[in-house]
Amino acid sequence: MVDYQLDDVNPEMSFLEMLDTLNEQLVLKGEPPIEFDHDCREGICGQCGLFINGRAHGPLAATTTCQLHMRSFEDGDTIYVEPFRAKAFPIIKDLKINRSALDRIIQAGGFISTHTGDAPEANSIPIPHHVAEQAFDSAACIGCGACVATCKNSSAALFTGAKVSHLVILPQGKAEAATRVVQMVDQMEKEAFGNCTNTKACEVECPQGISADDILRMNFEYNKAVLLVDGK
Amino acid sequence: MPTLSFLSNSISRKNLMALTGLFLCLFLVIHLAGNLQLLLPPERAQTQYNFYSQLLSHNYLIKLVSYALYLSILIHALDALILTVQNWRANGAQGYVYDRRRTASAWYSRNMGLLGSLIFVFLVIHLKDFWFQYKFGVVPMDAEGHKDIYPIVVAAYSELWYVLVYVVSLLILGFHLWHGFASAFQSLGLYHSRYGKWVKYFGWFYTIVITGGFILIPLWVYFFNY
Repeated sequence: MVDYQLDDVNPEMSFLEMLDTLNEQLVLKGEPPIEFDHDCREGICGQCGLFINGRAHGPLAATTTCQLHMRSFEDGDTIYVEPFRAKAFPIIKDLKINRSALDRIIQAGGFISTHTGDAPEANSIPIPHHVAEQAFDSAACIGCGACVATCKNSSAALFTGAKVSHLVILPQGKAEAATRVVQMVDQMEKEAFGNCTNTKACEVECPQGISADDILRMNFEYNKAVLLVDGK
Repeated sequence: MPTLSFLSNSISRKNLMALTGLFLCLFLVIHLAGNLQLLLPPERAQTQYNFYSQLLSHNYLIKLVSYALYLSILIHALDALILTVQNWRANGAQGYVYDRRRTASAWYSRNMGLLGSLIFVFLVIHLKDFWFQYKFGVVPMDAEGHKDIYPIVVAAYSELWYVLVYVVSLLILGFHLWHGFASAFQSLGLYHSRYGKWVKYFGWFYTIVITGGFILIPLWVYFFNY
């Protein structure tokens, strides 16, 4: 850990703007700036993931680091900022980590195979509104990795569960449901994530409020695939 | 498609934990039901409990189930060990300097391994004092020609420290079950947003009945049979 002092922090600054300000001062002093990930700063890209004062994305619930503001802290506070830590998330530099393991889980099966070309008529497959909403709740996962960071086992079950769920809930996702879940779970294994012990800490810290029910759905889909679906 | 393997990935390993755990939960119901006979008036309890013990150790079906039981305990413990070591490894070499992750989940859900290890230690004491004694120790016969295990149980539960060890151990078991029962169903994926809460409530009811029932027995014997 390195100590930095930053004066005159505006309470309306976002946490990342505070880091920007600190970095500007470091550069002016000729010191290297602190490396950290960020992109949209609107809470939807999943790039900014910092472990702030012992919690993933800091003290607020359902909030990404970029949506956290300095008004959530007291004047004169010492704030501990660490990268998300897990074996599957190697640190690139400072607060910047490599989350490619999550991308590889999606590449293993988190998609539907479809012909490219013109989009099909939207209403040709009837999907009740509540089903669409349910799928969207899972699809809201931004892949920030807070679930892994906060899990005492560094398990990626909530991430993978969300990615399995948002497809399997919809009719288009059902065709490849069995192979998808098995391949994604196997990839999760290869990436050396830990095992889920249902503490549900992940759903507490998830900035998108993904429900841990997605983990249970993944477990169900996996067991269904292994027990009931014919091999190829 | 993969074959049905119990160690190939995290879900299959958790399936194994869940299945052995739930089998042990079922055993606890039967174990408690049998042991409630210890609450009977001493003379009746003695005859009946000795007869019951004789039945358990001489019935082939029960013998078969008991082997499944020993195996379940071992698999549950070994699988837990494998899972725990993997989880430690998954955490990576460096932990958090400032860690308040514990605020996001219940302490017993995060310490199932520790609770389970303590239960295992209790099991060793428990089996050594009763099961081993009954099987391999010198136990006198009662009037009906059954091994007289009842006075051994009463003697054990007339010691205050021994009763305290039991009460504490059973409370530890209670916390293990409080998380474990519903967690097993969740690991198996037998869970639904609508019925899930009933599984959880039933798990809590089960835990209270089992833990309360088992705690009642040594206390009852200590206060009323001593």
